[in-house]
Amino acid sequence: MNLFEIESLTYRFNRIVALDGLSMAIPAGTRVGLLGANGSGKSTLLRILDGLYFPESGQVRFLGEPLTEQRFGADAFAHQFRRRVGMVFQNPDVQLFNTTVFDEVAFGPLQLRWTAADVRARVMDTLERFRLAHLKDRVPQRLSGGEKKRVALASVLVMDPEVLLLDEPTDALDPRSQSQLIDLLMGWTDGSKSVITATHHLGILEEIADRCFVLDHGRLVAERTPADLLQDQELLDRTNLIHVHRHRHGAAQVHSHPHTHGL
Amino acid sequence: MTGKARTPRGFVERTIDGLLHAMERAVSAEAGAAGAGWIQRLDPRVKLAGLLSLVAAVALSHRADVIAALLGLGIALAIASRVPLATLLSGVWLAAVGLSGALALPAVFLTPGRTVATLPPLGWTITAQGLTSAGYLILRVAAAATFGFLLVFTTRWSHVLKALRAFRLPLVFVVVLAMTYRYILLLLEAAHDMFVARRSRTVGRLTAGERRRVVTQSAGVLLAKSLHLSGEVFLAMQARGFRGEVYLLDDFAMARADWLALVCFAAAAAAAVWVGR
Repeated sequence: MNLFEIESLTYRFNRIVALDGLSMAIPAGTRVGLLGANGSGKSTLLRILDGLYFPESGQVRFLGEPLTEQRFGADAFAHQFRRRVGMVFQNPDVQLFNTTVFDEVAFGPLQLRWTAADVRARVMDTLERFRLAHLKDRVPQRLSGGEKKRVALASVLVMDPEVLLLDEPTDALDPRSQSQLIDLLMGWTDGSKSVITATHHLGILEEIADRCFVLDHGRLVAERTPADLLQDQELLDRTNLIHVHRHRHGAAQVHSHPHTHGL
Repeated sequence: MTGKARTPRGFVERTIDGLLHAMERAVSAEAGAAGAGWIQRLDPRVKLAGLLSLVAAVALSHRADVIAALLGLGIALAIASRVPLATLLSGVWLAAVGLSGALALPAVFLTPGRTVATLPPLGWTITAQGLTSAGYLILRVAAAATFGFLLVFTTRWSHVLKALRAFRLPLVFVVVLAMTYRYILLLLEAAHDMFVARRSRTVGRLTAGERRRVVTQSAGVLLAKSLHLSGEVFLAMQARGFRGEVYLLDDFAMARADWLALVCFAAAAAAAVWVGR
């Protein structure tokens, strides 16, 4: 069964088209990479999949059920959906709005109306798993970039969603923090969860995805395995995922080759 | 005596310092709420009802000595709740006196009555009735602001929101208040970053005209950013199941001390209104 089915989806910001007649299907239990340059529509698509934006035309279905504004108006549906689907935003600052790290991680479970004892136990367990227990009383806004990302991730994974939507999870992180974050994600998914990651970092692709969808100007231009995609230099070049890099070897020799960040 | 000569600080530097100070204050207010003072120990509903009833008493009293007594009560509560008086002075009274003083200043000269002095260069007369009116306003604002500050400084914001819901304040107001607080730190940070970026591109001191331009441009950009940020923060809250209702780990429970405090607050407010009528 497909996790998400998208049919002829169009979404505009005022008059600017962000997604243009997009159709695709994401099978359940897979790890998917959504690739594309800045402005290709990846983040907008993730927000539509999370029921935060609603398309101007076309349809999105989650496990066969249409995702519409009317359905999210009903508490029971919204509650169920938020329990099952979690999203980590690109900018952790917008996601960290509580006054302590503990409260931040407890926010989601409290909205789902878990018992106080459950919330406390699950929050502490998650904080320890993410090596954040020592920061539990700190103000989230004062943490380093890597710590903020970890708190943002913990605040979603504490709810143990079946589906995780990640928007540029390694963006603006140093190499060590990137690798720690990927390890945490790999440890959590354990092969049993669906993870959809929007990124333009090709270097993490084989670790985070079994299947890749490439977007360009709001349209789907390719669906490949990570290995196949990384071989297709022409496609990567056309969709601005790699560029020609010129540099100097020794005193005089200058040469150029396709180059990507994060590989 | 040795020491560095003080470098005159520019407008941009002062703005950056001001923004940093505001961020510190926003964070320290939550730290104050976690303190071990008398008000901090009360049920948030008692704090909300009690302190707001004292604000109402300040507004309804017509005698300066009663308003002054309420201000004294506010100071006593601040001491009992370990609220630093320096914070109260700099964060509340100076602003309250400055703002209400500016508003009350014309009344000093315009209110008809017995002349007590004349402003030498302009020949404007200061009347006793004008001074009394201005004094009332300043005293009222200082006392009311003290109780408002005590509520915010001794209560976690999430508890204030939940207490408001307990008093059946409509959800939409609580959501607006929740959102305001959620992104105020982000907004301060955005403003701070903007002014730091401005400093990196500023050579020398700005003229008055340039400063005005910086302020108007920054205000415009901040408005656009704040709209964007408020939308993003709300989406992030929605994504984790927020539907407007406030849920907390701590359930409110009235103890005997809370009932007693509630009676004391109500008695003090009622007495102030009665005596000051």
